[in-house]
Amino acid sequence: MSAFKRDKKEEEDSGGNPFQNIEKTSVLQEARIFNETSVNPRKCIPILTKLLYMLNQGEQLSAKEATDVFFAMTKLFQSKDVILRRLVYLGIKELSSIADDVIIVTSSLTKDMTGKEDIYRAAAIRALCSITDATMLQAIERYMKQAIVDRNPAVSSAALVSSLHMTKFAPEVVKRWVNEAQEAVNNENVMVQYHALGLLYHIRKTDRLAVTKLVARLTRMSLKSPYAVCMLIRIAAKLIEEEGADNSSPYFQYIESCFRHKSEMVVYEAAHAIVNLDRTTSRELAQAISVLQLFCGAPKPTLRFAAVRTLNQVAISHPAAVTACNLDLENLITDSNRSIATLAITTLLKTGAESSVDRLMKQIATFVSEISDEFKIVVVQAIRALALKFPRKHSVLMNFLSAMLRDEGGLEYKASIADTIITIIEDNPDAKETGLAHLCEFIEDCEHVSLAVRILNLLGKEGPKTKQPSRYIRFIYNRVILECPSIRAAAVSAMAQFGASCPELLENIQVLLARCQMDSDDEVRDRATYYSNILSKNDKSLYNNYILDTLQVSIPALERTLKEYIQNSTEEPFDIKAVPVVQISKPDEQDTKPKSEGMLISSGPTKTAPASREEQFAVRLSNLPDVQSLGPLFRSSEVIELTESETEYVVRCVKHCYARHVVLQFDCLNTLNDQLLENVRIQLEPSEGYKIVNQIPCPKLPYNETGTVYIVLQFPENDLPNSIGTFGAVLKFIVKDCDPATGLPDIDEGYDDEYMLEDLEVTLGDQIQKVSKANWGASWDEAESTFFEMEDTYALSSMNSLEEAVTNIIKFLGLQPQERSDKVPKGKTTHTLLLAGIFRGGIEVLVRAKLALADGVTMQLTVRSQNEGVSELITSAVG
Amino acid sequence: MEGSLLEPLLYTVKGIAILDSDGNRILAKYYDKNVFPTSKEQKTFEKNLFNKTHRANAEIIMLDGLTCVYKSNVDLFFYVMGSSNENELILMSVLNCLYDSVSQILRKNVEKRAVLESLDIVMLAMDEICDGGIIIDADSSSVVSRVALRIDDIPIGEQTVAQVFQTAKEQLKWSLLK
Repeated sequence: MSAFKRDKKEEEDSGGNPFQNIEKTSVLQEARIFNETSVNPRKCIPILTKLLYMLNQGEQLSAKEATDVFFAMTKLFQSKDVILRRLVYLGIKELSSIADDVIIVTSSLTKDMTGKEDIYRAAAIRALCSITDATMLQAIERYMKQAIVDRNPAVSSAALVSSLHMTKFAPEVVKRWVNEAQEAVNNENVMVQYHALGLLYHIRKTDRLAVTKLVARLTRMSLKSPYAVCMLIRIAAKLIEEEGADNSSPYFQYIESCFRHKSEMVVYEAAHAIVNLDRTTSRELAQAISVLQLFCGAPKPTLRFAAVRTLNQVAISHPAAVTACNLDLENLITDSNRSIATLAITTLLKTGAESSVDRLMKQIATFVSEISDEFKIVVVQAIRALALKFPRKHSVLMNFLSAMLRDEGGLEYKASIADTIITIIEDNPDAKETGLAHLCEFIEDCEHVSLAVRILNLLGKEGPKTKQPSRYIRFIYNRVILECPSIRAAAVSAMAQFGASCPELLENIQVLLARCQMDSDDEVRDRATYYSNILSKNDKSLYNNYILDTLQVSIPALERTLKEYIQNSTEEPFDIKAVPVVQISKPDEQDTKPKSEGMLISSGPTKTAPASREEQFAVRLSNLPDVQSLGPLFRSSEVIELTESETEYVVRCVKHCYARHVVLQFDCLNTLNDQLLENVRIQLEPSEGYKIVNQIPCPKLPYNETGTVYIVLQFPENDLPNSIGTFGAVLKFIVKDCDPATGLPDIDEGYDDEYMLEDLEVTLGDQIQKVSKANWGASWDEAESTFFEMEDTYALSSMNSLEEAVTNIIKFLGLQPQERSDKVPKGKTTHTLLLAGIFRGGIEVLVRAKLALADGVTMQLTVRSQNEGVSELITSAVG
Repeated sequence: MEGSLLEPLLYTVKGIAILDSDGNRILAKYYDKNVFPTSKEQKTFEKNLFNKTHRANAEIIMLDGLTCVYKSNVDLFFYVMGSSNENELILMSVLNCLYDSVSQILRKNVEKRAVLESLDIVMLAMDEICDGGIIIDADSSSVVSRVALRIDDIPIGEQTVAQVFQTAKEQLKWSLLK
């Protein structure tokens, strides 16, 4: 205490912060005082505090420095001073990850942990567990078990929490303490109850039955701790989700009963759980929402925030249910907490009617400049949803967006606005011209290079299709004069697209391109020369292939194959067809994720796009013998389940298609803990024409592990119709019974067994890779003369609507829909679906399906492809 | 609604920070290795957080994918951070506990100077509130009783009978040992 008085004096001298100018070297120097024979707490406490403060400020110690100071610190165990001892524990925890030989303090800590001084024990346990590893844990196991059921709640909590931390490195050991944890759940103390429940659930969570029992028991015995109740609600919600239980289940009723809990925390947790469950019916939802509605008017900002954030989530899945709160939400628009106001307004936008759009937009305009970028993005996303919902309001929304574009803001924010405008343009043809005009204006003054490049690309694609393409040229050419090289290059490409698509502009474009050939940047000059050359040839097919359509191959694969090509110096020219075609990612994947729409998760820097599935498979497959000789991997199918998901053996199959072969990859999982499988193979009965080339069995399959069996098949030669086939499959293996605990077999001899699998089909879709054509019409016209055409008419009597027919055709043929023809306008009775793809071996396929709705759907299918057999195959496969 | 149902885990708190009126760190702890792993990222986040919160007294904000609840007094800012899906009221209870504990330790004199004077005790209190992201205790009086507050620092009127008894026992013990 007097140490502090002294400190105060010092501080008055130096004025202000006693920790202001501390230096690592001087603190470490001062720490030597710890080594003196008689410990003086009055001197040591301030020094140790300084050390801890310094570490907390982010100062890094080297392993040697840390070890030295750690050892000096251990000397302080001699002192009986409570605060000094507790600070030493903190020091041990801080340094345990940097210093060497920290286990030296184990015995001192064990002594404190089992000693009589209650004030040491809890903290000693936590410090001890921070320096313990899996092997040392055995030694203190007995003490830990005792501590968990200790009378002193602090000790018990400390032991439980530390146990939970230690499950990370010693799950097996901690599992043995389940009985103690069980006992601790019944503890009177609220925190012990909470920690015990957490540990118990963590130990049991893979065992569904045990969790069910746990929940059943605890829901009956009304837990005291609100934290424990929140935890229990989460467990119950997870069970409901996993079991697909409906609202009559006891878990559901438990969560509902929590609405009447006296703690707001619990009530909110229950409401949050209910609205997030998939199977919530409108009745429960109404209850949860009325609870949240109540919170909207609460005096505490946190409560209002929680309520409106949850309502915002609900608005995505059940907009109608939220309308009841519209009045409360409107009151929150003027909330002094901007986060609450923003969430309220975006919720209203999601639920609002067409008539209220103008009013809401005006309200947003008043505060949009005051909120952070993150919230602006949320607003933009809400506007996007609104624009899709009410296409007629596009002019109001578009004006608003363009005003936002002109404001200050970071890249992410601007990009989200540009994205929204682009989606509106694509979705709503009426908005196209105004949208493009706004974007043109924006790139006039855009500081983000990547964004400008994207917009120029879009202009090149969409501009030529508008009524007056010439008006965009000025904007694009301005970029060539004013911007940095990468934007200039993009502008050149965009102009070339105008040249290729609009013959009346060609002459002018050529003049501009000629000027670009004087550019100071190599890339810009190269592009200009390249395009001006192609454009001067006046050949439609050249335009299509080299200006309008870009490369379809996957870039990482191209890089890899080019590298390989350079290494083996062959005379042969490089074959671009050998490069796997990139799979078109499903655009709706992002759109359907409600989370990204409603929540404000800026996931930090976006992760670099993972290598495509094909790439990953290609690497794995190329390690197999003989597979390399099959050529490049063409396409991998989705995973197909050949068994039910909860059987003894689970088998999934992926079909990898090559130019003339198919490799079947069977991933097998053994779910029986008393069996070890050996020599696992698949007996396949291929359909006519298929030849099994090779089979790679899986030598050993222990419990809960996945092993892989490969089968290489050759497609029927010169017999395309037979390439679609159904294979019977049987899983064969040798079983050895084994001890579930150790996984070692009881006997050396096993016995043969087999397991029937579901039939496996190789479909047309497996052999086709989706590609996207920038200008489908041009390619189609060009194909008329050179490709083989087949045409047929079908009656699809089982289809009841055009949408259904379109989805099924796309799925069946495995082709990529073009020019957004997969969206059927509402209320039409005819529709034309345009598709494109590449058949294995690099054969281009174009398909036009004209659909008409009468009784069922009638379809006229026209197929054009480079190979007669393929055209025939496709027409014959349908029907 | 993938991801919005909360995993039943005890790891609730992602970080706790006490900043001064210039946004500089007095104490800060981050409990999740994936959230601001380096000290530089932490300090950038703190600066950013401070800039967004020091003017508006709004209690809660979402920043960098975290829900942050906060409270300020004179020249101190207290923050508790959790994942953006976390129950905000739980985070708030932790913040209240932190603030009340500090307030009791400093005898209602919650300002920077006082915190620095009793920094050792405040550190111990933070350690008692949250361990590796798990809430250890959210009741300020029980936290204060655990941090070994020098008993003779509390005016005698605010001591419990047990504490007085304990003091008497200690003193007796020491006088015998002498």
